Amino acid sequence: MPFNQKPEKFAAKINTVTIGNGDKAIALGGESVLPFYAFDGPIDNAPKVGVEVTDLGVDESVPGVKAYYEGCSSVAEMAKKASEMEGADFVVLSLKGGDPNGEDKPTEDLVAIVKEVVEALGDYPLVVEGSGNVEKDSELLTKVSEACQGKNALIMSAKEENYKTVGASAGLAYGLNVGAESAVDINLAKQLNVITTQLGVNAEKIVMNIGNAAVGYGYEYVVSTMDRIRNAALSQDDATLQMPIITPVSIDAWSVKESMASEEDMPEWGPAEERGIGMEIMGAAADLVSGSHAVILKHPQSVATISKMIKELV
Amino acid sequence: MALNGIQIFKMTPKTNCKECGSPTCMAFSMKVAQGAAEISACPHMSEEALATLAEATAPPMKTIKVGTGDKEYTLGGETVLYRHDKTFVSRTRYAISLCSCMDDATVDAKLEAMKKVDYERIGEQMYVEMVYVNYHEGDAQDKYLDIVKKAAATGRVLVLGCADEAVAKAALDICKDSKPILNGANAANAEAMSKLATDAGVVLGVSGADLNELYDTVAKLEGLGNKNLVLDTTGADVKATFANTVQVRRAAIKNEDRTFGYPSIVNLSKIAKDDKYMQEALASLFTMKYGSIVVLDEMSYGAALPLYGLRQNLFTDPQKPMTVEPGIYPINGGDENSLCLTTVDFALTYFVVSGELERSGVPCNLLISDAAGMSVLTAWAAGKLSSGTIAKFVQENVEDKVKCRKLVIPGKVAVLKGDLEAKLPGWEIIVAPDEAVQLVKFMKEFK
Repeated sequence: MPFNQKPEKFAAKINTVTIGNGDKAIALGGESVLPFYAFDGPIDNAPKVGVEVTDLGVDESVPGVKAYYEGCSSVAEMAKKASEMEGADFVVLSLKGGDPNGEDKPTEDLVAIVKEVVEALGDYPLVVEGSGNVEKDSELLTKVSEACQGKNALIMSAKEENYKTVGASAGLAYGLNVGAESAVDINLAKQLNVITTQLGVNAEKIVMNIGNAAVGYGYEYVVSTMDRIRNAALSQDDATLQMPIITPVSIDAWSVKESMASEEDMPEWGPAEERGIGMEIMGAAADLVSGSHAVILKHPQSVATISKMIKELV
Repeated sequence: MALNGIQIFKMTPKTNCKECGSPTCMAFSMKVAQGAAEISACPHMSEEALATLAEATAPPMKTIKVGTGDKEYTLGGETVLYRHDKTFVSRTRYAISLCSCMDDATVDAKLEAMKKVDYERIGEQMYVEMVYVNYHEGDAQDKYLDIVKKAAATGRVLVLGCADEAVAKAALDICKDSKPILNGANAANAEAMSKLATDAGVVLGVSGADLNELYDTVAKLEGLGNKNLVLDTTGADVKATFANTVQVRRAAIKNEDRTFGYPSIVNLSKIAKDDKYMQEALASLFTMKYGSIVVLDEMSYGAALPLYGLRQNLFTDPQKPMTVEPGIYPINGGDENSLCLTTVDFALTYFVVSGELERSGVPCNLLISDAAGMSVLTAWAAGKLSSGTIAKFVQENVEDKVKCRKLVIPGKVAVLKGDLEAKLPGWEIIVAPDEAVQLVKFMKEFK
């Protein structure tokens, strides 16, 4: 008696969101199955891998990252180089230098960088992340949206506090994709999607960033939030949770003790870079199998590995 | 399939004798159906009825034990596909792989490297629990047995990857008392291997060319009376392995197909040969999705730190928050004269706060008192974090160990400052910023 295979069929599906233009454009979502469950039904759009660069220039603290961008003299050159990385599907420009509690770079300087990057990348898919500061981002991301007009970029992130300005500029005024950022809670994610669509933003132009954590640091909340979102989207046909998910992995992965402690301090742990890569790779793999449609990484080794894993699974 | 009260009632003697403690057989049946009573409480059930009921109420996935003593591990026994539905119960165990095709130096080096990974994380000791010893068809038996001996000497649970009956028997003679797994049954040798495993009293690993063959082989083994199994779901490539592993678990739990109700073995050394980073990615993937034992080429700290952290998170009970032990945690070489800071025992809070304090580089002592595993504001609202609890903890556990009399409290419970000053004479109470990320600046400026 053979095994009675019972595929899990859902009538509902995840929205398809396109980023970028032309033949380099990427599509996120569109499937009616659980993550990587290709044995249940087709997955037309494999999950995508993004490479993060920041307005602060090359990250000197990680040898492999530093070596990859060797010789780049501007953020635009770095972005171009990032787009050529093996396994890269899109580039993420983070404007963290704009954070008033950090470097507090003026908006005009950051917008100038965005313009150069847009110029350098052409139709290649671009995601722009704000400074992380809610007030600064209201102003900054409005101007960034203007600079990205026509590029079909994804602007991150609209949060509950500033979705009106970010959503109105990126989603309504300039027709870009809007990233809706919440903090690891299915109800907050749903609420933000609802109010952003009520603002007039097309639901098919929204990508969720439901938040993340490094593995080992309360990651169980991320798993359960993503599991429940995917469940609601597919089995309950909840249209307010059918947006694809994008997850920034590198920020959390490279900022915990496991990847930051030096080899001098922790000799038995071995090289810090290997630990950082491990945190990034394992975080990304776990995010993808929980429901992320795109992950944001920074180390060339992680990008190559995760991209290869996706290709082998889909 | 679960039975309802009426179905159970039909099997009772219907005499209302009350010996089970319930007033009527019907009432008793209803309780059994809800899981509120054990069927064994009725002394008048027929053997036949008991067998039917045992089958119907058996868990969807068997719990299999391997190893002995403090190295005994429980595999399987899961009842849900998602942790939020209840909880996962048996954590994924990791094995490094050795092979009869390796030379002595490689085997020794791999075992030495494995032993180095051994550390504690939030009350749990982290190390490689198992060693997979693969017999490569055609290699000398003695060489394989030598490696089995070396691996057995580490005290880890062995998984013997061996489909050759004679070699497997010799290997079991060496290590059967430590309750290894004999991973060697397939469609061709199921009967003989099952006898070997049963005679030695060990768990048998079963594999198949595809899910149908695996299914048939398991059914055959169950027919022989062997239900002490694990299923090797490793397929030809990554995609097939993921499909096998997920479908086996789903069949058992969602579709209650008990033939697949066994733990799994996923061998990454086969599907991502010599690719360390791919093995890291897949170790994470199969920890998330239904690998009971995951076999890797090696385990370095670079892989262990994220992997064990992930596992620790995933296998927490959603209804019980992860906590750290109350106590004094010195940070950056803090000593008895260093500044004291306090927060709750919720692990997430502890990690965030201790991480920021470490980043500040300032020596200090982090005092963790019992707050029922809640976050700062929740604990305060529930009365689990109050001036009383903090003062009691400081007086009972801190004052005799620390000379410094400055205590920093979380910004979110600044309201406790006055009360604490009254309850802790001699202490200066300082209010920290609201958010942990502001601690680095706070600590540097405080110095």
